[in-house]
Amino acid sequence: MLSAPLIVLLQPRGLAWAGATAAGLASFAIAIALAMAVLDGQTQVYAMGGWAAPYGIALEVDAFSALVLLLVTGAGAAALLAARVSVDRQIEPERQPLFYAAWLLGLAGLAGIVVSADAFNIFVFMEISSLASYILIAGGPDRRALPAVFKYLIMGTIGATFYLIGVGLIYMMTGTLNLADMQARIGDVVALNPILVAAGFITIGLALKAAVFPLHVWLPNAYTHAPHMVTVFLAACATKVALYVLIRFDSMVFQDRLSDHEFQFTLFALPLAVLGILVASSVAMFEGHLKRLLATSSVAQIGYILLGASFVSEAGITASAMHMFNHALAKGGLFLAVACLAFHFRDLRLSELGGAARRMPLTCAALVVCGLSLIGVPGTAGFISKWLLITAALESGLWGWSLVAVILVSSLMAVVYIWRIVEALYFQQASAEGDTSFAEAPLQLLLVTWAVALLNIFFGLFPHLPLALANGSAALLVGGAP
Amino acid sequence: MIPETAILTAICLPLAGALAIAVAGRISPNLREATTLLTAAALIWVVWGLLPTLMAGGRPAVEVSEVMPGLTIAFRVEPLGMLFAALASGLWLINSVYSIGYMRGNKEKNQTRFYVCFALALAATMGVAFAGNLFTLFLFYEVLTLSTYPLVSHKGDEATVRSARVYLGVLLCTSIGLFLPAIIWTYMAAGTGDFVHGGILAGKLEGPAIGLLLGLFVFGIGKAAVMPVHRWLPAAMVAPTPVSALLHAVAVVKAGVFAITKIIVYVFGIDFLFATPSSGWLLYMAAFTIITASLVALRQTNIKRLLAYSTIAQLSYVVMAAATLKPLAEVGAAIHMVAHAFGKITLFFAAGAIYVASKKTEIHQLRGIGRRMPWTMTAFTIGALSMIGVPPTAGFVSKWYILAGAFEAENLVAVFTIIASTVLNAAYFLPILYMAWFEREEAGAKAHGEAPFAAVLALCITALLTLAFFLFNGPVIELESQVVRALPL
Repeated sequence: MLSAPLIVLLQPRGLAWAGATAAGLASFAIAIALAMAVLDGQTQVYAMGGWAAPYGIALEVDAFSALVLLLVTGAGAAALLAARVSVDRQIEPERQPLFYAAWLLGLAGLAGIVVSADAFNIFVFMEISSLASYILIAGGPDRRALPAVFKYLIMGTIGATFYLIGVGLIYMMTGTLNLADMQARIGDVVALNPILVAAGFITIGLALKAAVFPLHVWLPNAYTHAPHMVTVFLAACATKVALYVLIRFDSMVFQDRLSDHEFQFTLFALPLAVLGILVASSVAMFEGHLKRLLATSSVAQIGYILLGASFVSEAGITASAMHMFNHALAKGGLFLAVACLAFHFRDLRLSELGGAARRMPLTCAALVVCGLSLIGVPGTAGFISKWLLITAALESGLWGWSLVAVILVSSLMAVVYIWRIVEALYFQQASAEGDTSFAEAPLQLLLVTWAVALLNIFFGLFPHLPLALANGSAALLVGGAP
Repeated sequence: MIPETAILTAICLPLAGALAIAVAGRISPNLREATTLLTAAALIWVVWGLLPTLMAGGRPAVEVSEVMPGLTIAFRVEPLGMLFAALASGLWLINSVYSIGYMRGNKEKNQTRFYVCFALALAATMGVAFAGNLFTLFLFYEVLTLSTYPLVSHKGDEATVRSARVYLGVLLCTSIGLFLPAIIWTYMAAGTGDFVHGGILAGKLEGPAIGLLLGLFVFGIGKAAVMPVHRWLPAAMVAPTPVSALLHAVAVVKAGVFAITKIIVYVFGIDFLFATPSSGWLLYMAAFTIITASLVALRQTNIKRLLAYSTIAQLSYVVMAAATLKPLAEVGAAIHMVAHAFGKITLFFAAGAIYVASKKTEIHQLRGIGRRMPWTMTAFTIGALSMIGVPPTAGFVSKWYILAGAFEAENLVAVFTIIASTVLNAAYFLPILYMAWFEREEAGAKAHGEAPFAAVLALCITALLTLAFFLFNGPVIELESQVVRALPL
């Protein structure tokens, strides 16, 4: 069962799109099977090489990782399925096999992070996925991607190094790398200072990877200039995986064992989350380029996820996990629609997109649906997580109401920036020289886009599956025993 | 049809209709219009089929999905919602007839989008009317806002889009910024958002908090246009007239006052609110809106803007009646929704017909128009008289009930407001009537006749309905009395 990452690991030389897609779909299917098993109450553990847990390298899937794994493989499979036509246009044929190989490596790395139960392995997988994503981002025809990717590389490496330093310190003090073991042993450590330093390093390092405000500067450029399909894939899951590790590390390893850690974590994460939400949303309101606008909004959405986690309550983690899932759906759908638009609009600045709705009505409709989900209009997936987030905020007491205000204000900002897109697509006059013929994106791409858009609505009305997993993960992370 | 199925059909039917209209629009305009009319007629059949059940005291309910524990999408038909749904569905058919005349007469562009969005808006209206809890109400309330935006900005030029942005901005900001927190607060305090006879908040909240929550609801429901969140209504007048007629006289604004009435009756409970001093401000706010909007209407020179401000005043009648918190006044609030709907839709139809036939939009241009368009102006006269509240029109009936409620509550402010606004209504409508019928047309004016037949037919029907409601209002009053009588909801 646990071969999801293994298959992918064994496949990186699957040279063409078909092989990559098959691998992507297979891992997605396995992720679904795993999620179902987890819902039945089992935790899957696989000891690599047959060594028992504290010593060998273990892979483990519980509710939280099942949810994120579902997300990663789902996004990977959907993006791959849709990728062929878009990639054909952006990557020259002889480099395509390499491109897909890098993609699979990235997918394997991300999936590996999620299932790994071992702090050092997380680092290894993180490096794999990061290196792969540098290649992916730089792989497109856009030369501006190179400086963007360089920035990403520097910051990503700093983040990974910080993380490694933190893990090293903990290993020094506890003598273990296995997360569960670490949790058990960390209580016995007498000298707390190294652990505190380690916690700081790990948190900052992962926050860098996750593009938590104000460590987000690499993100907008990287997403904007990457090939469209890569943006879909990375926006849907890359930063969320880093957040996943952050939340898991903080709540599993440090939370119960370090006195005052809850307080410190809240003090660290809450202001950053609030600032990130407000600042990024207001920047997005005035952004003129479609992809950059959506990328900036991602920074705000990461703020939401962090906000949920910073409550350190069961409701908060549930909201956080749900928002990971729902935001991946919404943003993935949006970037898919952008990829469709890119077929006929070379320039993706909002001012150039006039008349798009007339030429590509289906694409634009899908974009609107996903946009509504991003805003959090009831009936879409986004509403569910906003509702959970607000409920969690109210539970957290005195601060709650002001946080509710923050969430609502930023929702209004989201209305503004999504509406600017809608106006550009639907109500703006087409530019003079552009032709106005009916020209939809290729069917393959369009179908995937619509499938994701419909999922946004489906999970808005029937959110039971992700909700069950999110509840499970919250109980796991906050409720105590792993 | 089983009532439970009928509820779902009422919501899905316009949705299916919207799809069918979109497809038919690609084939031929005639087929598209036929689809619209057919859908509207079918909707009437479905919705009105629920009436006998309601009259007998039945309260059909259906639950679609439980989104989260305690948070469900559920529908439950009760007299207020039934009345609203019956009204909106009935007038949709008449409005569709009128739209066909208006849109063709004006040779408007994007007609398919127009009919599709109209059907979507109707689906949302049905959802609002039948909502069984606050969450469902909010869901369809937002859908209604979004689906009407393309209708408001139909013309597509810059001024129109700017006004449409005001429309969308005000409605979305108030609903997300105030209505949603109010709903969440209610869920937190009462543990439920279901509409229950006698309210769910009694004993759960006390003191000034109740007044505050009420404020969040009233101003959060921007569609009710209680000042100062009324700005969107005059802005929305840039829409084609059928949109102004159905949406801004019937579906959208009525969704607002309907939601407020429903929340006062079924969430707060009238007895609970009456015993709470901190909720008293609502009545004065509504009274202020009535007087101020009427005064502003006096100074308008554009026909549609005048009607818009008159609508703001009339909506606050409903809010004020609901806030009087006496059984008779609650009945009056419900009846006034109907009476105002008939009267105002007639007025808008007439204004649109004048525009189609002569391109006239200003009041001073109406001199002597009665002779050129006798049918239209007769209907306009009936509508205007109903707004003033002169018998034998619908407006008289509802004013009677609201006044009776005000006396029952011994609230002199309400009584005075009604009298003063009646005078003001007369002051801005009667000069128009005088100009239209008795003054001479300016020399050299363009000759024109009546608007297209479909438009004239529609406005004659609504004018007749305005008169008929004065005589045959028994069933409606009986139905609405159930709201305040101790029947199980």
